[in-house]
Amino acid sequence: MATDKSNLQLVVNGILNENPIFRLVLSMCPAVGISTTVMNGIMLGVAVLFVQVFSSCTISLVKNWIHPRIRIPTYTLTIATWVTVIDMVLAAYLPEAYAKMGIFVKLIVAFAIITMRLEMFASKENLTHSFWDGVGMGLGFMVGMMAIGFVRELLGLGTILGYDVLGFRPLLFFILPLAGFFCVGLMMGFFNYIETRYKRVKQG
Amino acid sequence: MHRLTMLMRALAVLTLALLLPVLAQADGLIAGKSFGNDREIVVTFKAPVDQAVFADPAHYLVYEESDPDIRLELADVRLDSTGKIAFLGFKEPLNTTRPHVVSMIDLPAAVTGRTVETFRVAKPYLGYLLSILVSALLINNFVFTKYLGLCVFFGTSKRRDTAKGMGVTFTIVMVVSALMSWFFYQFVMKPHGLDFLQIVVFIGLVSLTVQAVDTILRKVNPVLFNAFGVYLVLVIANCVIIAVPLIMANNEYNFLETFMLALGAGGGFLLALYMMASVRERMELARVPKSFKGVPIAFIVAGQFALAFLGFSGLSLF
Repeated sequence: MATDKSNLQLVVNGILNENPIFRLVLSMCPAVGISTTVMNGIMLGVAVLFVQVFSSCTISLVKNWIHPRIRIPTYTLTIATWVTVIDMVLAAYLPEAYAKMGIFVKLIVAFAIITMRLEMFASKENLTHSFWDGVGMGLGFMVGMMAIGFVRELLGLGTILGYDVLGFRPLLFFILPLAGFFCVGLMMGFFNYIETRYKRVKQG
Repeated sequence: MHRLTMLMRALAVLTLALLLPVLAQADGLIAGKSFGNDREIVVTFKAPVDQAVFADPAHYLVYEESDPDIRLELADVRLDSTGKIAFLGFKEPLNTTRPHVVSMIDLPAAVTGRTVETFRVAKPYLGYLLSILVSALLINNFVFTKYLGLCVFFGTSKRRDTAKGMGVTFTIVMVVSALMSWFFYQFVMKPHGLDFLQIVVFIGLVSLTVQAVDTILRKVNPVLFNAFGVYLVLVIANCVIIAVPLIMANNEYNFLETFMLALGAGGGFLLALYMMASVRERMELARVPKSFKGVPIAFIVAGQFALAFLGFSGLSLF
């Protein structure tokens, strides 16, 4: 069963229609826990992109040799291997950023989004499609994290990527860790509102 | 009935074994020792002691038992009016959850018979274990203050029945997999220098436990099994269940400490799920703005719970 979408459509699908954070509501832990700045979002986004793309490719290559009964453990172990790789690379080359993200890099192994993509997509499609689907999902996650980070950093610190934009701090509350819940909730509600308005306008 | 008595007796022996280090007193000069406030150790002597020697910080060496190289700096030492109780004040706050070692050096041999007196100051072990439990349950609740396991949290907190079943199953899986992870970490991975395989081994053990629970539940309680649907599989994809072994390995916990951590994490998850489900059942009747129906409002409610759980920070029972 091959997909009839082009590579570009697969990428766009991951970023918009099936955005892991806002549409599928998966991988919420980092979206709440460490989305305080845009930079954190980019860093974890890169890590997830790496793991997603490489796991998708691996599973897509070996899909015909996996017995259906043990497919979930196989996916988990594949992801765990790639997470170990990125974990050690980050710890060695970017120790400061790694310390900021703390345990969340190791926890990529438990992100539902990656397992789900392997089960729904990579185990049925060929290598090229799986690669682009992985890129789309990884980028979708990164964009979602950056969007939350953007709102929180702007409202909490008045900065974007460390540069002072507003010159004052509107709502310091937003950089508190627990404000992630409120921020994600409000943003989801906002997107839902835009979607309903858009549909209403489209219908005339 | 006979089995019950046996169980009680075993429990009593266990409690006694845990309390024994507390009851045992140091011999010689010292009658008792304990932590005062967070930057103070209180030492009680058997007889009044010499002001010139025992009120001088130069005669004391204090360090955490795990880091003998890092000497903790004393600010001052005070003796009370009877000369039997010494208050050791420190410049930095002490980590009172860890055992500390106090050495009194260069003592006049005429007084004590030896020039060095060393003793250990620690909180009662049972209290320490309970503090790990309470910490994982309330103060560092995995859902509301560590933001872990949110996918499953929002997915299964729609009805109280599901929440209860999920929470209990989750706790069981968590405890079993954490203890297995502890065993593998201590006896296989550490001796062979395989620390870097933590993620792979721990997630493998979790999958194994989940598979076992899945098979058993399918046979024993099909109703509960149907209620969980896809979420039992998603237990593997839950951050909490892999975070517990990672924290265990990071802190070098022993068997009992690991057990308490896993129990607290599972109990905390159950607590969070149940509270959330109670609110969400009520919320179905409330008039929520259309765009916020479902997940968005659940996030905002969770945020309010998280605010409430901030109140537990700084809680110290033992």
